[in-house]
Amino acid sequence: MHTETHTGLESPKGIWWKPAHKTERTWVAIAFGWCMVLFAMMPLWQMKGGQNPSGIRRKVEPAAFYARTQEFIKQYQIGDDRGMPIVAPPAGSDIYLTAMSFQWTPILQLEQGKEYILHLSSLDVNHGFSLYPINVNFQVVPGYDYGLRVTPTAAGDFRIICNEFCGIGHHTMVGRVIVVDSTGNVPTPSGGV
Amino acid sequence: MSATDFRTCPVTALKVHRPAEALVKVNAVVAVVSLLIGAIAAVLLVLTRWQAVHLLPAEWFYRILGVHGMSMLIFFIIFYEMAVLHFASTALINARIVAPKLGWAAFALMLGGATLVEVMMWTGKADVLFTSYVPLKADPLYYFGIILFAVGALLVCGIFFANLVVAKREKTYTGSLPLVVYGAVTAAIIAVITLLHGAAIYIPTFLWSLGLMEVDPQIYRMIWWALGHSSQQINVAAMVAIWYMLGALTIGAVVLNEKISRSAFVLYILFISMASAHHLLVDPGMGSAWKIVNTSYFMYMAVLASMIHGFTVPAGMELGQRLRGIGTGMFGWLRQAPWGDPGFSSLVFSVVVFGFVGGITGVTIGTEQINIIVHNTLRVPGHFHATVVSGTAMAFMGATYYLIPLVFQRKVAFWGLAKIQPYLFAGGMFIFVMAMTFAGTFGVPRRHWDISFSQAPFDVAFNPAVDVLLAFVALGGIIAATGAFIFVAIAVKSVFFGEPIGTLVPGVAVAGLPQGITNPPKHVADVDRRNEELHAPGRGFLGPAPGTMVLVFIFLAAFIVYFFVNWKVLSFVWKIG
Repeated sequence: MHTETHTGLESPKGIWWKPAHKTERTWVAIAFGWCMVLFAMMPLWQMKGGQNPSGIRRKVEPAAFYARTQEFIKQYQIGDDRGMPIVAPPAGSDIYLTAMSFQWTPILQLEQGKEYILHLSSLDVNHGFSLYPINVNFQVVPGYDYGLRVTPTAAGDFRIICNEFCGIGHHTMVGRVIVVDSTGNVPTPSGGV
Repeated sequence: MSATDFRTCPVTALKVHRPAEALVKVNAVVAVVSLLIGAIAAVLLVLTRWQAVHLLPAEWFYRILGVHGMSMLIFFIIFYEMAVLHFASTALINARIVAPKLGWAAFALMLGGATLVEVMMWTGKADVLFTSYVPLKADPLYYFGIILFAVGALLVCGIFFANLVVAKREKTYTGSLPLVVYGAVTAAIIAVITLLHGAAIYIPTFLWSLGLMEVDPQIYRMIWWALGHSSQQINVAAMVAIWYMLGALTIGAVVLNEKISRSAFVLYILFISMASAHHLLVDPGMGSAWKIVNTSYFMYMAVLASMIHGFTVPAGMELGQRLRGIGTGMFGWLRQAPWGDPGFSSLVFSVVVFGFVGGITGVTIGTEQINIIVHNTLRVPGHFHATVVSGTAMAFMGATYYLIPLVFQRKVAFWGLAKIQPYLFAGGMFIFVMAMTFAGTFGVPRRHWDISFSQAPFDVAFNPAVDVLLAFVALGGIIAATGAFIFVAIAVKSVFFGEPIGTLVPGVAVAGLPQGITNPPKHVADVDRRNEELHAPGRGFLGPAPGTMVLVFIFLAAFIVYFFVNWKVLSFVWKIG
């Protein structure tokens, strides 16, 4: 039982289905074992980990989602920044963020350590939700409502960068999320860097 | 078919069918032209993302980004693969092309389609980037051009299979297909699967652009990536076939075990189409069970295949060297390898960067939850430039240094430059890939014109390190592009104005010819005795390839560390579920 001495450019002669040498079998077994570890980590993190992209997912008419966002803004608006409403919903509620070329509506003000169900959708094309500088990223697809249970773990003044190309003004599409701590304060004035 | 249609290769003694060879040539030439367009685009792009230079205006940045993607990932690579399919199904097994006219028709379709797509992009009628996510809309002719190109490519796959069937019937070779051809068959089968997905998405999208039907944006993403990612798997299969070929040509690499290598190719066919999921891990359309099963290629069976090839290719090279008594100790076989042969250095860089950088980052960022801290950041292009550029394109370049003398019958022009070209290209790409990947960990978005956000309503202040990293992206990109330009110059000069190879005396080196051509690796007379000794039970599980065994364990250690560091980083972000 030993390996061949021909190259990959030559036709193997006779039956080539032969047992492999111990060297190769060892590596294949180790590689297989590692593949199983790679696989097991995902269901394991679903059960034990704190970050999963599962969410509550359903189809939605863009116009209906936008109307729901407007209603949400009317209900909880506490101010505005450069014309964009700032909304402070109660902990545990459903909160709505609409993406459209080239803005994120509205500005969300959340409380540190409280859970919210963040609904993401788009009015027009695909957008990318990228929370900066936390670096949390989700795809925002028109016609789909992506409801994610989120718990901000630190207070700060965060940005939402669009990281899916959505047209020539794509690089101007920046939104804002404010997270206040239990005393109602925001520790860093901007960016969080 | 007449006997004059064939010539006998003076190096390999294989019978080469001239009509097939003509098709290899034209496809390779168009591939190189596409590479030139793509490399010029690359320079413009890196000089724009380097914020201190910020060369292009926004509109042109996105336009050129689309041009770069299509020219490189589709036109350069697929035209080159068409050349590989024509070559592998004829010259490697003494066979003829059964339908040369159809081959030319397919080439015309592909060239026509590619030209149409380029015109649409350059004239601003298709500012939708490479992925053209619906409902971003391009001119209908853009989608039509892609359909023409894909139909042409599908025809070439058909000719490839027909050539193999006829060769078998005409008994042009004995025994089974050589492993390299087997790898090409794998690539062709995956190509058919991929192109059918392409038809399933581009035909509806073409009709949608004409206002004739609706296309759901999420369904589009799923089927488009069944084309987009699977086509990268054609590249993987073709690249691995070329690894085996270059190993054989440069240092007489042997096949350790046909069963293992061929089974690994079969794993690619079975599982690789599931990779569409890599792009949908943080999408709203699919549930976690679907994401986990698909992103893992059903429990990482295609990753297993790559890990197998990543061992058998270098192990075959090591054993080939040892059988000829070249080098002593653990790594003598590697130290005494022909590093001045661009075919060999390209092969090594392709294997190492593809595996260590592309493979490890790819599996890690394609993990369902880890993708949350990766999706659409610069880590994504960082990863795929390590696979498709440093891996596939580098392997194709290495193969070209052998195809120029073997197929075109010319010496490689600018020989001194050719020897350093792989070092320049691989070195530049390595800097580029590492800088891009690190920039991505700061959350820097891909496909973005201005991360200083000067026109945005709210300020975004990136870590100052990001500016340095993007400057390194530009530096590495320019070095690599220089390597690509040198490659194009070498290929064009050799093919159109090259010196004929003349008469070869085995063992006498000739400038312009890789050492594997002037001094082909041959087994010594007592090869079987040496082989027996190298496989003696006393050598333990390290067996005939102890050096490779050490290298793959270093690889595994790097893989484990990188994988778990990413889980750790993920655990620091907000709670999400």
